[in-house]
Amino acid sequence: MSDTQKIIEIEVLRYNPESDQEPHSQVYKVPFTDDMSVLQGAQYIKDNFDGSLTYRWSCRMAICGSCGMMINGVPKLSCETFLRDYYPNRIRIEAMAHFPIEKDLVVDLSGFMEKLEAIQPYIIPKEPRTLEQGEYIQTPSQFAEFIQYTSCINCTLCYAACPQVGLNPDFIGPAAIALAHRYNMDSRDGGQAQRMELLASEDGVYNCSAVGYCSEVCPKHVDPGNAVNVNKIHAAKDYFLRFLSPKGGSK
Amino acid sequence: MKNTKIRKRSNAPIFWGLFGGGGMLAALFGPMLVFITGLAIPLGLLLPADTMSYAKMLAFAQNILGKGFIFAVIALFMWHAAHRIFHSLHEFGVHAGTGCKLLTYGVAFVSTIVAAVILLGL
Amino acid sequence: MDGWWKKNPHFVEYMIHEGTAVFVAAYALTLLCGLVRLGQGEAAWNAWLEALKSPFSLVAHVVFLAAIAYHAFTWFKLFPLTMPPMVVNGKKVAPEVMVNTGLAAAVAAALALLGFVWRIAA
Ligand code: FES
Repeated sequence: MSDTQKIIEIEVLRYNPESDQEPHSQVYKVPFTDDMSVLQGAQYIKDNFDGSLTYRWSCRMAICGSCGMMINGVPKLSCETFLRDYYPNRIRIEAMAHFPIEKDLVVDLSGFMEKLEAIQPYIIPKEPRTLEQGEYIQTPSQFAEFIQYTSCINCTLCYAACPQVGLNPDFIGPAAIALAHRYNMDSRDGGQAQRMELLASEDGVYNCSAVGYCSEVCPKHVDPGNAVNVNKIHAAKDYFLRFLSPKGGSK
Repeated sequence: MKNTKIRKRSNAPIFWGLFGGGGMLAALFGPMLVFITGLAIPLGLLLPADTMSYAKMLAFAQNILGKGFIFAVIALFMWHAAHRIFHSLHEFGVHAGTGCKLLTYGVAFVSTIVAAVILLGL
Repeated sequence: MDGWWKKNPHFVEYMIHEGTAVFVAAYALTLLCGLVRLGQGEAAWNAWLEALKSPFSLVAHVVFLAAIAYHAFTWFKLFPLTMPPMVVNGKKVAPEVMVNTGLAAAVAAALALLGFVWRIAA
């Protein structure tokens, strides 16, 4: 190690469910180079200081969505956040906000998975279609209606960013609503009424108070906040017009 | 959250609709209205001195469009504010009790009734 | 969740623009007072106009003006978040265009209101 080796302090929120009553911080001095991400910093700690440090990662290129953490209080993908941008200050990494901590930086995503499943994230065909009818044809403008929402990588940074998720854990939340919107906007789909039941419910879109931070932290520019807010308009139409329209959403 | 849970439809569209209507009205006309009624008239700026004289205001409030405008401004501003304040209370950790509702939506409701009764009586 | 809104500048700004609702309500209640006084006859109305000239009222209205103008500004600034995407010639317009359209509409509405008041006053 040369004399010019830079060392950054990384404060990690540690929690071991088998021995700890509650999470506590631990500080590590990590030598780093300018190309090292926060995730690599965590790896350095695991390899050199404490092999029990637990965190999720896979792709290391901001595409799998598994490495989300609170970095100095901001939800970010740790693989695309660089230590050099925080040096010489100490950097604090914690498990994502608003989720129960399983161990160290790993959170329990089962609540999110249930929400994701509940919005039926697949095409519900308008009518049965036979093979002879061939493929679906979509125009570029029909495609443009939903393509943005397909970029979601389920990193759940938007849940960590949303105070309303923190205040009401039952709120379906930004990413799941954005995905519901993705299918609702798809010309092949006919599941709007079924999804409306959930979106217009007490766990639905009106939990949102337009803070907008979800869209700001989204690493894929999905803009889940806009999907939520557009569905407030859809749900209001459904609420007031349900007696007029034969299709009407929920009961 | 369980997928088998029976979910109640939210009645929020009513309050959210009033919030949005009031917010839009306040954003479009609010600043100018405050300037006219609260600053320009009392200070005698810009507008003729008798702009808000009794005769003129009474005539305005007796006109059907004038009535509608006054009613919309007072009622929608109140519902807009009530909705926001109600949510902020929740966000500060004061949770949705009947007290909070009375303090916010209750006051908006009473204001709406008072404005309507007076306007209809003029 | 206690004190969550202090943890991030984005949340602090959110709470400030939500807080403008208090001033929207205060102004609407001021107008409601005026309406009540209008219903009580000329003397009562003139007393209300006189009260608006007090230093307290003038300062209060400067505060209302600032708060409601900030409400208007943030209301339109949130358009890209709260409104359906604006599509022109089959293309989504840039967020800034949505914001500027809203702000331009607000300026136009304010001037129209001032012009209208001027006309009926003259
Ligand atoms: S490791 Fe895959 S997104 Fe960061």
